[in-house]
Amino acid sequence: MAKTFTGKVFVVEDNIDTDQIIPAQYLTLVPTIPEEYEKLGSYALIGLPDDKYPVDFVAPDSTKTPYGIVIAGRNFGCGSSREHAPIAMGAAGVQAVIAQSYARIFFRNSVATGELYPYESVERLPDVLKTGDEATLDFDHDTLTAQGKTYQLKPLGEVRPVIEAGGLFNYARETGMIAAKA
Amino acid sequence: MTLTEKLLARASGKSAVRPGDNVWVNVDVLLTHDVCGPGTIGVFKREFGQNAKVWDRDKIVIIPDHYIFTADSLSNRNVDILRDFVREQGLPYFYDVIDEPEGHWKFDASRGQLKRQYGSGFAGVCHTALPRKGHTRPGEILFGTDSHTCMAGAFGLFATGIGNTDAGFILGTGKLLIKVPETMRFYLEGEMQPGVMAKDVILHVIGDIGFDGATYRAMQWEGPGARGMDMDDRMTIANMAIEAGGKNGIFPADQKTFDYVDERIAANGTKSQYEPVDLDREQSFVFDRTYDVSKLEPTVAMHPDPGNRALAKDLGNISLDRAYIGSCTGGKTTDFLAFAEIVRGKSVKIDTFGVPATPDVVAELKNTRWDEHSVWDILTDAGVTMTENASCAACLGGPVDTFGRLNTPMNCISATNRNFPGRMGSKESHVYLASPYTVAASALAGRITDPREYLG
Repeated sequence: MAKTFTGKVFVVEDNIDTDQIIPAQYLTLVPTIPEEYEKLGSYALIGLPDDKYPVDFVAPDSTKTPYGIVIAGRNFGCGSSREHAPIAMGAAGVQAVIAQSYARIFFRNSVATGELYPYESVERLPDVLKTGDEATLDFDHDTLTAQGKTYQLKPLGEVRPVIEAGGLFNYARETGMIAAKA
Repeated sequence: MTLTEKLLARASGKSAVRPGDNVWVNVDVLLTHDVCGPGTIGVFKREFGQNAKVWDRDKIVIIPDHYIFTADSLSNRNVDILRDFVREQGLPYFYDVIDEPEGHWKFDASRGQLKRQYGSGFAGVCHTALPRKGHTRPGEILFGTDSHTCMAGAFGLFATGIGNTDAGFILGTGKLLIKVPETMRFYLEGEMQPGVMAKDVILHVIGDIGFDGATYRAMQWEGPGARGMDMDDRMTIANMAIEAGGKNGIFPADQKTFDYVDERIAANGTKSQYEPVDLDREQSFVFDRTYDVSKLEPTVAMHPDPGNRALAKDLGNISLDRAYIGSCTGGKTTDFLAFAEIVRGKSVKIDTFGVPATPDVVAELKNTRWDEHSVWDILTDAGVTMTENASCAACLGGPVDTFGRLNTPMNCISATNRNFPGRMGSKESHVYLASPYTVAASALAGRITDPREYLG
């Protein structure tokens, strides 16, 4: 059976920088401390301007989001190199981002941490999907199906096994690039 | 090969590399700070063990600089996490806020924000401090847990920002797998007109290629216009490669580079050998454009991104609530001297905050005298609120008690490098990026102003 994920989508536009994903004031939280990791989830995407994005990504009293898939335009994750950005989204329960394009460091951090799948769409999806739509992501066929339509995604290629392993370190151990944990 | 290709080939033990190749490079310097250091240390310990040792103590530089002068207890704790790790590992290059190696950092809010609260080893903003402390050597490979690590490319080395997981990997292994980027060449001709600064050059170029115009690519700066720039100007430009999405920015090293680097290495006793790479006659670029910098005018990046370009002279209708000068890219001594040139003998009309990048900048501004007055006094006499506490401060917002932070919606003109919504605090604020000259002129007028109105 194909590996799939079905959930609600949250739709954002172009150029969502890491300050909007996790504002700088929350970077005092250290992601490798478990309770602070959970807390980061509660602040995911809290920096989005309220007038453009009136719907909360994470409810004020929660650490988890009801939206498992984030749909974005160009240059998602630009700006600072803070790994807190994919971590906050992963901690909130995001499985995948589907963007037209990514900033380099966010893409790399998503893969290195294994927190989420950074898919690229072939067409621009923020124009055709809206927040709250139900969608199914098919990891084996690289498609997103929503509202009765199926959209092609660009295959993740060589980074997919890294994310599936749970990030860079697990992958490096599985493939013998570094020694197994003592 | 381009400069970046030559550096990555050498660092990976290959005779040649091509864009798109994935190579394991040996790392010469790993930089981290108080925001990403604790997480990097956490990754290192989780993956390599609680008692693991770093790969090479002399190649790690730790500079607390982001959230220092704040009463936020987690921020203060994060500096202590760095200190504990440095002590445990015996790391020689830690530029601590306090002098006591076993102490704890606690900011004393009752003493206010303006007077110095750091010890003798503190270095200030990491990207400005790195070269000042002799850690940027031509020909090397430098990674840092901060996107503006690309600033070090001004010294003819490969420098780029990474996340905590990659940095934790380097701490344990001294290596990283990276993709060789394509190179874009920016060939600068001519001399900048009075009133135009390096900041205008980079804002012009980002406006030209777009905020993602250099994504995954190297930005290489050449030509007489680049050679004519001093190191501070080259740093301003290399710093903002990331604002166009670039992986790294790079200038060829020349005598100016060597003079700066050698002086700083001698002063701080850091590693003195380095091997620069030269420009090849045959280079292959994915993009190659010549800019005549004599044609540039004072330039502004408008809200909400660094690529949203306009000319200062066309924005006189935008009234301002605040002006800010500081950060790695805009808080160097030469930035403050330019600012002072404009405001000298006049008074700013709006709240204006100045944050020197490093303690050296504070000292230089206090020791540089124009006629009877120090430049520091010229700035404060003009109404600029100057702090001695060198740090990243409000450039990236930070905890709510951060000096100069935009805590309410407002229009701010800033000599910093990034203006996405919420970057300096309030997400309803609008931030306009400009040169120190333009920020100074705008502070005097209370609206965005072309600095040539104030230059003789």
